[in-house]
Amino acid sequence: MSPRPGFVLEVDRSTPPVLFWHGEGFRLERLPVGSRVIYPPEPVAPLRDPAAAIREALEHPLGDSPPLSALLHPGMRLTIAFDDVSLPLPPMRAPDVRQLVIEAVLDQAAAAGVDDVVLIAALALHRRMTDDELRHALGSRIFDAFAPNGLLLQHDAEDPANLVHLGTTEAGEDVEINRRAAESDLLVYVNINLVAMDGGHKSVATGLASYRSLRHHHNVRTMQHSRSFMDLHRSELHHSNWRMGRLIKQAGVRVFQIETTLNTDTFPAQFGFLQRREWEWRFVDRAGFSATKAALDRTPPALARQIFQAIRAPHALASVQAGEVEAVHERTLANVHAQQLVPVSGQTDVVTMGLPYICPYNVNSIMNPILVACLGLGYFFNLYRNRPVVREGGVAILSHPTPWAFHPVHHPSYIDFFEQVLAETTDPLEIESKFEESYARDEWYIHLYRTSYAYHGVHPFYMWYWCAHALEHLGQVIVVGGDRRAVRRLGFKPASTLADALEMAEDVVGRDPSITHLHLPPLFLADVT
Amino acid sequence: MRVPARVEAVVRRPPWPGTVPRPPVRRDLGVDYDTAWSRRPPARFVRALLLDNVTRPLTYLATRPKVLGSEHLAALRAPVIFAANHTSHLDTAIVLSALPARFRHRAVVAAAADYFFDRAWKARLWPLLLGTIPMERTKVNRRSADLAAELLGEGWSLVIFPEGGRSPDGWGQEFRGGAAYLAKRCGVPVVPIHLKGVRPLLPKGRGTLRPGTVEVRFGSPLSPLAPTPGGREEDARRFAARIEAAVAALADEAESDWWSARRRAARGTTPAFRGPQAAAWRRAWALAESARRDRPRQPRGSAKPW
Repeated sequence: MSPRPGFVLEVDRSTPPVLFWHGEGFRLERLPVGSRVIYPPEPVAPLRDPAAAIREALEHPLGDSPPLSALLHPGMRLTIAFDDVSLPLPPMRAPDVRQLVIEAVLDQAAAAGVDDVVLIAALALHRRMTDDELRHALGSRIFDAFAPNGLLLQHDAEDPANLVHLGTTEAGEDVEINRRAAESDLLVYVNINLVAMDGGHKSVATGLASYRSLRHHHNVRTMQHSRSFMDLHRSELHHSNWRMGRLIKQAGVRVFQIETTLNTDTFPAQFGFLQRREWEWRFVDRAGFSATKAALDRTPPALARQIFQAIRAPHALASVQAGEVEAVHERTLANVHAQQLVPVSGQTDVVTMGLPYICPYNVNSIMNPILVACLGLGYFFNLYRNRPVVREGGVAILSHPTPWAFHPVHHPSYIDFFEQVLAETTDPLEIESKFEESYARDEWYIHLYRTSYAYHGVHPFYMWYWCAHALEHLGQVIVVGGDRRAVRRLGFKPASTLADALEMAEDVVGRDPSITHLHLPPLFLADVT
Repeated sequence: MRVPARVEAVVRRPPWPGTVPRPPVRRDLGVDYDTAWSRRPPARFVRALLLDNVTRPLTYLATRPKVLGSEHLAALRAPVIFAANHTSHLDTAIVLSALPARFRHRAVVAAAADYFFDRAWKARLWPLLLGTIPMERTKVNRRSADLAAELLGEGWSLVIFPEGGRSPDGWGQEFRGGAAYLAKRCGVPVVPIHLKGVRPLLPKGRGTLRPGTVEVRFGSPLSPLAPTPGGREEDARRFAARIEAAVAALADEAESDWWSARRRAARGTTPAFRGPQAAAWRRAWALAESARRDRPRQPRGSAKPW
């Protein structure tokens, strides 16, 4: 039976309470009659034979690209770059799709007699991956063959010796990327497209770029003009990356792009209730939910975090396409849209969302308050095409414990950003002009980024810029069940219950507002007309 | 005893939003479920055994029914259609328990196909225990009607709740035409039944039984072939209205006395069976008022001294 599409439920009196994520836990909330709930589509069927599909994609590429085997020859320099630990979410069960694709590429490289092969994790300004994370993403076969020989690298955006400036776009944007990737005879990029934002020219132009290059599109103006950054054609973020990507191609860098989409089968069977509509919960779902909730209510937050971070998603490969970047990405986007688009009629006064325990930047880490804001206002708010789900001047209600907690190794600059910058102002433009440069150039943060497992000093700024469109668009942001001090520091309003939050929202949007709840994850993309 | 909310949340299936269409019922369930096995001798024997030795004693224990008007059944011969008002899941057990054995042991109960036959275990349990047959309640279904007519033709009596479902607020609902149609099609008399006091014991939406006392009142059999004042043949819709009026008169009788109710019925002033056409709170208020009148009064002089 084909998977059911996503749909918009209109809440009536017999609608059961709706599941809200709440960090490392859940809440069941009864929404007012007349509210809407957007449910994601069911996961599409996975490819029956992923290995065969990958081989087929490599041999029959899209666009003007020859097959991969025709691009491989003895004596060449081959670089394989791949998406880092921020994808997919949650991390998928072994074998990771990157392992499947890179093994297929390496098989062909070995058959063609290519000796000079280097693998690079495309980190941009993210933290370096640990050996365990690399081994999980690539599999032991690849890790053991490349890592001990120094052939498994992690992109270093602060290593001048290993960066090359390829030129400036017509918009005056510097394009500076990883030297090894730029100077290879062939750069194979292996991507995972979990949402419509990923992939395309953004893979190389962002993943392998330096701060000097990234600052041209990771800024407040770009984010405020990306409506949304999930919509390629209306995203200034993507326009900038596309200009850079084309310049990279003109500079002679040959990119063979391999993009994959995964289905939205996000949680293992014991958390089946997270993917099932509440009125269809079977006995095992109800029992599972009650037992999980009861256990989590009695579990210390640190332990609950460990339990959730250990979840491995049963994601399965849904499609794979390879070849010329733009042709590949067009097909990838069509596949993402086919499984994630949900038509939504009209905007709403109030949007509610339960935020889960994970976002792209806290894998095996802590979801600090800045990441809570980024997940809610950056990612979930932007999961739309055409128009935001919530109207201009409307209210966003987020549900998350928002603890005043930071991972000292992964997020050192976040701590200072929270204590120093947000204590002074929450205005993205003021933050950008007044503080960004000093954090981006800070020697200590650069040292931690390069040698430890820290996000770059400028990264918390980018997280805040990610929220810039939402902050400009919304009349108020309310966080239910969050740490009050942390929530206020973010410039949001704390509320104890959803009912209180809805009452508070009425002060902004008026009596009897229309309410829409985003029932995710699993992910969807609202096509708002 | 009240089931803890946490346990109820696990045991009880969540309600289905009215704005979401229900998935089609499996072809071998719902109205398509074949209950023929439950009318064969082994199942009938088990049912009779359970009805007489388990269901009936338990029902009597929990509801202490006061059965009135059973003299109307004395001269009747099967098949008969028993049409009762419906406020609780207990109604079926009470009606079956109150019927004389000759009807009770050869009766089928029309049960909502989408509720009592939507799961395999339900489709096996209820026909065995109560002799239920699946009945489509949202629309006229030829299969349901043909089955019921066939069984009436074979001499089975039919217990049916013409309101199509339990009352959401305690007041009666409009009688649908199924019972009247079957009576006219098969030429079978309809016995109106009024059940009083069942709802407080187990109302719609509550999962626990509170023991109490109920009244079962049988009315005079209504013939579907009785001539109308104009001499024209009565159609099923009018006959359904007549059945509803008969149950309403029984309800009035339950609230007052037989003679007063008869006179009001003759004058056409029987109190509305469906309650006042007013806001929900006023309907609830009127129902509570009626219940208050029913409570035994403290004899004068026995007031507590404090």
